[in-house]
Amino acid sequence: MSDMTAFTPIQSLLGGALIGLSAVLLMAFHGRIAGMTGILAGLLPGQEGRGWRLAFLAGAVLAPLLATTLGGIEIPFSSQTPLPWIVVSGLAVGIGTTFGGGCTSGHGICGNARLSRRSILATLIFMLAAGLTVYAIRHGIGGA
Amino acid sequence: MAVPLAFLIGLVFGTGIMISGMANPAKVLNFFDIAGTWDPSLAFVMGGALTVALIGYRIVLRRPRPVLDTCFHLPTRRDIDPALIGGSALFGVGWGIAGFCPGGSIPALGLLRPQAAVFVCAMLAGMAIARRLRARRAAPRPRLS
Repeated sequence: MSDMTAFTPIQSLLGGALIGLSAVLLMAFHGRIAGMTGILAGLLPGQEGRGWRLAFLAGAVLAPLLATTLGGIEIPFSSQTPLPWIVVSGLAVGIGTTFGGGCTSGHGICGNARLSRRSILATLIFMLAAGLTVYAIRHGIGGA
Repeated sequence: MAVPLAFLIGLVFGTGIMISGMANPAKVLNFFDIAGTWDPSLAFVMGGALTVALIGYRIVLRRPRPVLDTCFHLPTRRDIDPALIGGSALFGVGWGIAGFCPGGSIPALGLLRPQAAVFVCAMLAGMAIARRLRARRAAPRPRLS
């Protein structure tokens, strides 16, 4: 099951810069780390500051929604993973990021930008684990 | 001011994820598939984000406090513990199965695809399970760090 995507260096660099900008702005105004795991965890009952978290999440969802519906822009999306495996993946990501204290945004961008040694190690580990998993699924198990 | 500004910053985040292609699980998986349909774009996303954040944080964190709060809320832990290592490894495996990470999946909800919704529900369930496990583990021996 080949699922080719085009190499987009310019868009990805520009999009990445916007992700970085959002992290800098959230630190400058709210004094907060723009980590999706932390923002989602802060929504659970008994946490203060749910307002800004919900607003951030609403903005993050609305940007692609408005671009595709009102803007008529086509955003590539392809997922060939069977739904039961998406459930397994979601559970693993939810449990893993909670114990690991962050994800690609929290550790990968914000933590690394602060040169946190926990974040640098976490990033190396989850990148390696993801690479091995993709290799096992696409080339290992069943031999694609 | 904090809530409307957070909404605008969320829009910037969502736009960045969308333009960079990180709302597309296939693009993420192809970054890791060097032996197959390799797409190096994710490295450019991280490069762009890290460059801006590295420089921006330097400038912002020199200030005494953020504009809308009395202090910066920064993680203080520096220790490497088994939870960090095991949790990050489990996250990587989950990320490699379907190509969704928390930051990519939330904007992907806006593309109205069922896969993104299923992933986010399962991820939130996983977060709730992990909190229970951690609370149970911590209960008998409260950590005083």
